[in-house]
Amino acid sequence: MKTDSLRRSYAVNKFITYFFLILGALIMVFPFVWMILTSSKTVPESMQIPPTILPAQIMLDNFKDAIASLPFDRLYINTALMVFFRVICAIFFSSMAGYAFAKLKFRGKNLLFMVVLIQMSLPSQIFIIPQYQMVAKMGMANTIFALVFPGLVSAFGVFFLRQTYLSIPDEVGEAAFLDGCNQWQTFYKVMFPLTGTSVAALTIFTAVFAYGDLMWPLVVNSDLKMMTLSSGLSTLKGQFSTNFPVLMAGSLLAMLPMVVLYLIFQRQFVEGIAGTGGK
Amino acid sequence: MNKNKLSAAARREENWGWIMVAPTIIGLAVLNLWPFVQTVYASFCEHLGFGHYRFAGLDNYVRMFQNAEFWKATWNTIFFCILTVPVGIILALFIAILLNAKVKFKGGFRTIFFLPLVCAPAAVAMVWRWIFNGEYGILNQVLGQEIQWITDPKTAVIAIAIVSVWSSVGYDAVLLLAGLQNIPKTLYEANSIDGAGKIRQFFTITLPMVSPTMFSVLIMRLMASMKVYDLIYMMADETNPALTDMQSLMYLFYRSSFVAGERGYGSAIVVWTVGLILLVTLIQFWGQKKWVTYDI
Repeated sequence: MKTDSLRRSYAVNKFITYFFLILGALIMVFPFVWMILTSSKTVPESMQIPPTILPAQIMLDNFKDAIASLPFDRLYINTALMVFFRVICAIFFSSMAGYAFAKLKFRGKNLLFMVVLIQMSLPSQIFIIPQYQMVAKMGMANTIFALVFPGLVSAFGVFFLRQTYLSIPDEVGEAAFLDGCNQWQTFYKVMFPLTGTSVAALTIFTAVFAYGDLMWPLVVNSDLKMMTLSSGLSTLKGQFSTNFPVLMAGSLLAMLPMVVLYLIFQRQFVEGIAGTGGK
Repeated sequence: MNKNKLSAAARREENWGWIMVAPTIIGLAVLNLWPFVQTVYASFCEHLGFGHYRFAGLDNYVRMFQNAEFWKATWNTIFFCILTVPVGIILALFIAILLNAKVKFKGGFRTIFFLPLVCAPAAVAMVWRWIFNGEYGILNQVLGQEIQWITDPKTAVIAIAIVSVWSSVGYDAVLLLAGLQNIPKTLYEANSIDGAGKIRQFFTITLPMVSPTMFSVLIMRLMASMKVYDLIYMMADETNPALTDMQSLMYLFYRSSFVAGERGYGSAIVVWTVGLILLVTLIQFWGQKKWVTYDI
């Protein structure tokens, strides 16, 4: 008797759990499905009432239109270069500083670390006008350098990697030091290779953030050929205000690279971004 | 002799320390600290064009505080937070609890809920513009309504809030799930021997135990909502009749500084916004004493 009712309540629980999970998953996936379906429709087809679910045929015309009005090849290259240089800078400078803050004794350490914490707690928009003026003064607007500029150093990266180096026992460094490594060699040959997981997490975090950023690329690179996927896509809404099939095709093209990377490295992405606890 | 040798090593260590933090510190000084000072200074100046400023005292702030559009943007930002933060966190906690149960395809579900996070907000906003479209959007078709979601002042902020919650709920859920998984199973076992029901368990064990994670999610979500910009930029156009009814402070900052070119006035808006964010965060840190449990 008792076990029977227990089993029933267990089954009800299970049903409710799956019901809401599947419902939630459908809500999450629907916009992407709708995007894909719309991208293959003609404009009249997309405006039919009642709406058709499936497109009449699979066609690439909307993608051709999107590519014709936006230099997607340049957008891909610009975005890739911006992400690449920001990631390299974040890893290189933040590893060095993170190691020093975690493992080395030097005067002014706490004060300098305060600088890192202050930058982390301020929204990036408060820096944006002067940063733009610096880039403009250097005559570097509309370049890849301009896109990378605010990401040359990463306070968040320093903070995050400092935590990682703190978790490595001091004995590891001391052993290397006794073997005759100097501080740089200890860092570069012994300690840095131990931080692979964290470096991967920082890479993903930096890449996803840079990829999605909209305000800075809009401000600094107004030339269509020097835009990123995000800022380039935003110009499309003015051109095709009601041609949603083309807008959907453009959006798909813009988000595709990161989504593909995400589907390949799911676990690293989820754990990397959630593990960094930032954003 | 021995003491001398030690201090030489210590001095070398100190030099290495300075060398290794130098690029970061110089970078932060040039890219962040100095710009911060400049922005605060510029908020007291009039922008003459081409990066030249003239000191103007409190003019920008006086103008700002007398401007109805500014107060509307401040309210929109706060309203947006009220709409997104509580609902987002409750939904995220609900999803996290579901994912914490023994379910098949847990990884698959997690991947799906997390997906919007890797999509550029610009692309995400574009699909939602289409879904929310007043004439042909699928949402109105399904509801059988003719709501002008994005162009009606009454619904514009709500529409953006829906997109925002949809985008971030999976991320918050993953963070909360990690918090849930840290709760020792023995707590529940001891409790179920006492005969406590599931709902009581949730309020006496789960909620207090996960409250520190909820607090950090709350702070993060609040800060992100206070500076919402990209979704609004993508969903609104300059011609949108509901523009002033939906624009956030950061969007007003962008328009003033980079569309109208009034960088002094724009600086005042961003200083105000950052001040507001700090204030709200401080209130949360003060309020956490009432509901966050750090020791059991």
